[in-house]
Amino acid sequence: MTLLVQYTLIYASVLILVALGGCFSEHSGVINLGLEGIMVMGAMGGALAMKYLTGSPAFVVILATILASALTGLVYSLLLAVACINFKADQTIVGTALNMLGTAAATVIIKAINTAANPDDVSSVVQYIESKRSFIVSFGTFEFNWFMLVTLILLVISYILLYKTRFGLRLMACGEHPQAADSVGINVYKMRYAGVMISGFLGGLGGIVYITAGVSEWKFENGVVGFGFLALAVMIFGQWKPTRIALAALLFGLFRALSNVYSGIGFLSMLNIPSTIYNMLPYMISLLVLALTSANSRAPKAEGIPYDKGAR
Amino acid sequence: MENQYAIEMLGITKIFPGIIANDDITLQLKKGEIHALLGENGAGKSTLMSVLFGLYQPEKGIIKKDGRQVKIQNPNDANDLGIGMVHQHFKLVECFSVLDNIILGVEPVKNGFLQKKEAKEKILALSEKYGLKVDPDALIEDITVGMQQRTEILKMLYRDNEILIFDEPTAVLTPQEIEELMQIMRNLSAEGKSILFISHKLNEIMAVADRCTVLRKGKYIGTVNVADTTMPELSRMMVGRDVEFAVKKEDRTPGDVILDVKGLTVASKLHKNNAVKDVSFNVRSGEIVCIAGIDGNGQTELVYGLTGLEPVKAGTVIMKGKDITHASIRERSVNGMSHIPEDRHKHGLVLDYSLEDNMILQRYFEPEFTSKAGTLKRANIRSYAEKLIDQYDVRSGQGAITKARSMSGGNQQKAIIARELDKAPDLLIAVQPTRGLDVGAIEYIHKQLVAQRDAGHAVLLVSLELEEVMTVPDRILVMYEGEIVGELDPKKTNAEELGLYMSGAKNDFRKEAAV
Repeated sequence: MTLLVQYTLIYASVLILVALGGCFSEHSGVINLGLEGIMVMGAMGGALAMKYLTGSPAFVVILATILASALTGLVYSLLLAVACINFKADQTIVGTALNMLGTAAATVIIKAINTAANPDDVSSVVQYIESKRSFIVSFGTFEFNWFMLVTLILLVISYILLYKTRFGLRLMACGEHPQAADSVGINVYKMRYAGVMISGFLGGLGGIVYITAGVSEWKFENGVVGFGFLALAVMIFGQWKPTRIALAALLFGLFRALSNVYSGIGFLSMLNIPSTIYNMLPYMISLLVLALTSANSRAPKAEGIPYDKGAR
Repeated sequence: MENQYAIEMLGITKIFPGIIANDDITLQLKKGEIHALLGENGAGKSTLMSVLFGLYQPEKGIIKKDGRQVKIQNPNDANDLGIGMVHQHFKLVECFSVLDNIILGVEPVKNGFLQKKEAKEKILALSEKYGLKVDPDALIEDITVGMQQRTEILKMLYRDNEILIFDEPTAVLTPQEIEELMQIMRNLSAEGKSILFISHKLNEIMAVADRCTVLRKGKYIGTVNVADTTMPELSRMMVGRDVEFAVKKEDRTPGDVILDVKGLTVASKLHKNNAVKDVSFNVRSGEIVCIAGIDGNGQTELVYGLTGLEPVKAGTVIMKGKDITHASIRERSVNGMSHIPEDRHKHGLVLDYSLEDNMILQRYFEPEFTSKAGTLKRANIRSYAEKLIDQYDVRSGQGAITKARSMSGGNQQKAIIARELDKAPDLLIAVQPTRGLDVGAIEYIHKQLVAQRDAGHAVLLVSLELEEVMTVPDRILVMYEGEIVGELDPKKTNAEELGLYMSGAKNDFRKEAAV
């Protein structure tokens, strides 16, 4: 049972981070469908940091991994910002392109690194088993992961940032009614850049948390198998609000965790349901939940529409 | 001697490709006065204001604030000079509270955190001082248009703006709210604020303004003291000719029944009750029947039911002897029904289509416009559109290929009228056809309605404007809470009696409560 709680919390952390990322981007008025790709790039940055810092003190590994993944995600998200804010490209298409590019680029880079080290190694796998230990503190059977605390802190900061500060008020105004924001002297383009970059930061961080959650090596050809999209579902189910996103993430995290640990839970393993069903669960639940709730969902009004100063 | 002008725009000339939007215009706003800026749609009022806000740089001319020349490069410069504006389309974030909207952009912060309590006190003090009733914690989407407008005014006051510009502020208000706004404007000017009031409604200018500057087709016509002038004189300055306020029409005897409505009931989208309850009436050829009433008494839904935009719950609609209760919109259209919709952006035009495409929206499938292979006959569409543009004097930047969105409201309306009337409809349903238009356009539209009647067609007019109700139709039906409560003859009734019916105080057809 502790295992279920542990996995629920770590998967919920991933979803919280990435969904919050989407939340910032969309509140600024830019739909970020590229979260999946951003997660892959962030995961790659973090995984490389962990690989090269093997043997360093835990504190150094933790800090460097967090920074490497978040900054990689942030830099990668700039592609979305430039295309959608400066060049007013279609946000859906750019996001999709970002997803395809993310997995492909990560695969190419990792393969190149592997082959350079060993000409016979053409895999896209990174191992980080040593460094992963730095993140984990055991309390009896429960393995606490520092990422859980980082997520909690970022969740609280996000809430304060959105609802208690000038920045949050202005950011949300840009996503709801950019003309109104502009008319009171707010630079809509800058705020949207900020929104997208925060989403890159959080999405990238979410990437490394995800690939280290259950395993000790990652094959980058797999990308992040749809977790970025699951985070989008969490964001919508969470109504673009941090607290609700956290609750939604716990729900989806629970279903994702089940597929890792169902064999250890007596009655579930007795049911003899194939593991693929458990793997499918979070995605099926997300379809169901969105179908039932999206009628009442209230997305930021101006999201997806490039802001043009001249248009009336 | 101290300078008496708060703001002066001297000799402003702004040229756009192909058009001189402002030609040597002078506007001088005295401190503490209410100054009206009058002009038809497209006279250059908006351009002049955009110059004042730094959105456009003029080719010629200077702007002075308190006698000193200033340069306004962008809206922030204007704001720094204490110039604020209530836009015609409010710039409010709907899911924010009144308070959040007011402080947006000038938020008070301490250690990075918003100080909403402090802001709320300041807002309440301002609201008290100027008689602007608002609830700071209410969300914009939940409050009335009137309160939204007061929020916009408070936005300017919160920023300590001295020069307040109101861009067509009454277009969206009810008569009571207009009266309130006038009082607020008087309060503001009494407190020393200088007000620029952009409008094309003469009676409002006469009621509230001290002086009035008139523009026509981009040119400066003159500035007059409102106390020394009259409505006809102002309208002559604005339009350039005498305007007939009275609608001229001769008596006619109506012919056959064209539209026969029996027991029509339409559900409401807003609440559980029916919006239209068991309504029966008819419209005959050669007459204009007007549905009068205060907004929201079921007129909109009645028209939706007649035109097929919404399904009807009960009752029958018969047009020219044919039951069209459940007919599709195209069937109704092809069978001789034309509809000038209430919301011209939602139901009248595809705003991102060109003018010519909008002209054939209901007829694109006819052999004249579509070939047997299913492709559009572009040349025919162009020449047809150009014929209508010419005939109905629809003005636009690039003629037939102009995007509907870029046209002025009056010309958008003219385009719809051209399209609807060219079908020579047996029945014309016109819903608030003059809403938001200037006197010249209103006169034109009234003439068109009368021409339809004189040509022997039936016209059903839905109007909220008392003056229109009293002058245009041959018969008036008053709607109150979804029912028709009275049938009046415009020649024999007066505004007072009409008002009694409209407010529900009188009802000729009240059904006896079932025992």
